Amino acid sequence: MEAAQIPVFRFGYMSPLYIARSNEIAARQLGDEMIVMSARDSTLFSLNNVGLVIWQAADGRTSLEDIVKDKVCAEFEIAPEEALKDAENFVRELAGHGIMRVSDKPFE
Amino acid sequence: MPTLMEEMNQRALALGVPLSVQLDVTYRCNERCVHCYLDHDDHGEMTTAEMRDVLRQLADAGSLFLTFSGGEVLMRMDFFEILEYARSLLFCVKIKTNAFMIREKEADRMRDLGIDRIQVSIYSHRAEVHDAITKLPGSLKRSVAGIRFLQSRGLKVTLANVLMRQNLADYAGVKALARELGAQWTIDPTITPMMDGDRSTLGLGIGGEELKQVFRTEELVGNVEEFCAPPQPVDDGVMDGLPCSASHTFCYISPYGDVFPCVQFPLPTGNVRQQKFLEIWRHSKQMNDVRSIRGRDLPVCSTCSHLGSCTRCPGLAYMEGNMRGPSSLDCEKSFARTGIPSANMLAKKRQLEAQGSTEVAWTHLVQIQLS
Repeated sequence: MEAAQIPVFRFGYMSPLYIARSNEIAARQLGDEMIVMSARDSTLFSLNNVGLVIWQAADGRTSLEDIVKDKVCAEFEIAPEEALKDAENFVRELAGHGIMRVSDKPFE
Repeated sequence: MPTLMEEMNQRALALGVPLSVQLDVTYRCNERCVHCYLDHDDHGEMTTAEMRDVLRQLADAGSLFLTFSGGEVLMRMDFFEILEYARSLLFCVKIKTNAFMIREKEADRMRDLGIDRIQVSIYSHRAEVHDAITKLPGSLKRSVAGIRFLQSRGLKVTLANVLMRQNLADYAGVKALARELGAQWTIDPTITPMMDGDRSTLGLGIGGEELKQVFRTEELVGNVEEFCAPPQPVDDGVMDGLPCSASHTFCYISPYGDVFPCVQFPLPTGNVRQQKFLEIWRHSKQMNDVRSIRGRDLPVCSTCSHLGSCTRCPGLAYMEGNMRGPSSLDCEKSFARTGIPSANMLAKKRQLEAQGSTEVAWTHLVQIQLS
């Protein structure tokens, strides 16, 4: 699997990371899961409720740090550092399949 | 361990979601394939606005996998508008086309829209055979050119090779063509009756010894021993099992808005011009009737040793007269695979013998059933 070339991010160490949902996907909510398929390589992902929160918040303008802090940690009992690490791995994997776009600047 | 796709299908089944839908945008076609089951006149296709409304409803109902087919999809001048709207709703879109009208511009748009896969019907690598089936001179050349445009843009293409008497000798050539084009290749030996019940097209299909030969060709079926193995004993899982995905996680919508359980299951369940799609999907008497059928509800097939491995199509059974009855085309396949006659064939044989016939040959019996 090809990993996305995105900067590694830690709280307070680097400039914010912004994420946006790609247009090159097929997606549908099935019950409480979000099914996302990469149009590039047809890889199928099932996002659990934490993944779904990040996915829905990926508006290209809110930083991953803020999404984790304000959405993920507010809704689930996860330590912020651990949550951010998992979130970064998550978006990196999705970016590798062309499902998520990642940048150190907000998307226009 | 189930794949994510299997898990998703199970979840859709449990939730009653029509995960996959085929929407035929038109029955009009530039080809006149000898085995086609459709009438190619336009009897009042849905407008662009009606198509958009249906797509919106399907997205709301949870459908993800959407196949656009026809007829030839590109006979509709608004096809790309429909396609664009479908992709904006995040459907995973597959297109079935003859690719005759696909040039650079069309291939570019399909690439830009992120179409998942394009399936193109190719009957032979020889123009004289392919074009005789499509009845459109130059069609193989144009279709192959269309496929090259698609492939060069990174789109995934499958060559669908329907096997008939007319082209049976050419599958290896089509397979080689697919390899050369970088496309996938599938075969299908099933010829279906026309939507109006006319069964004359069935004579074009392969049967008897030819079908037996196809099922014993490793190149076509993989492991022959496994493929042609005698059926496993029928257990409760099979008796309680669903015949197929029709009405469970799949349905078909015609260009006129009629909703059917499947493409080859012409049981009308409602029309999206008169009712909301979900109302039809959830509450249609016919849809729920199809949905209620389990293996043990099939009066003949539940007594058949092939029940667990038969490809029995409830739509073909319906076209034969009873959706809970046998599908003779599939009885023939089970027999060709294993050499073991189906319960349906045994019953027919007994019936003919009771009428005074002696030494009824199985091949003759199959022909009687299909006529």
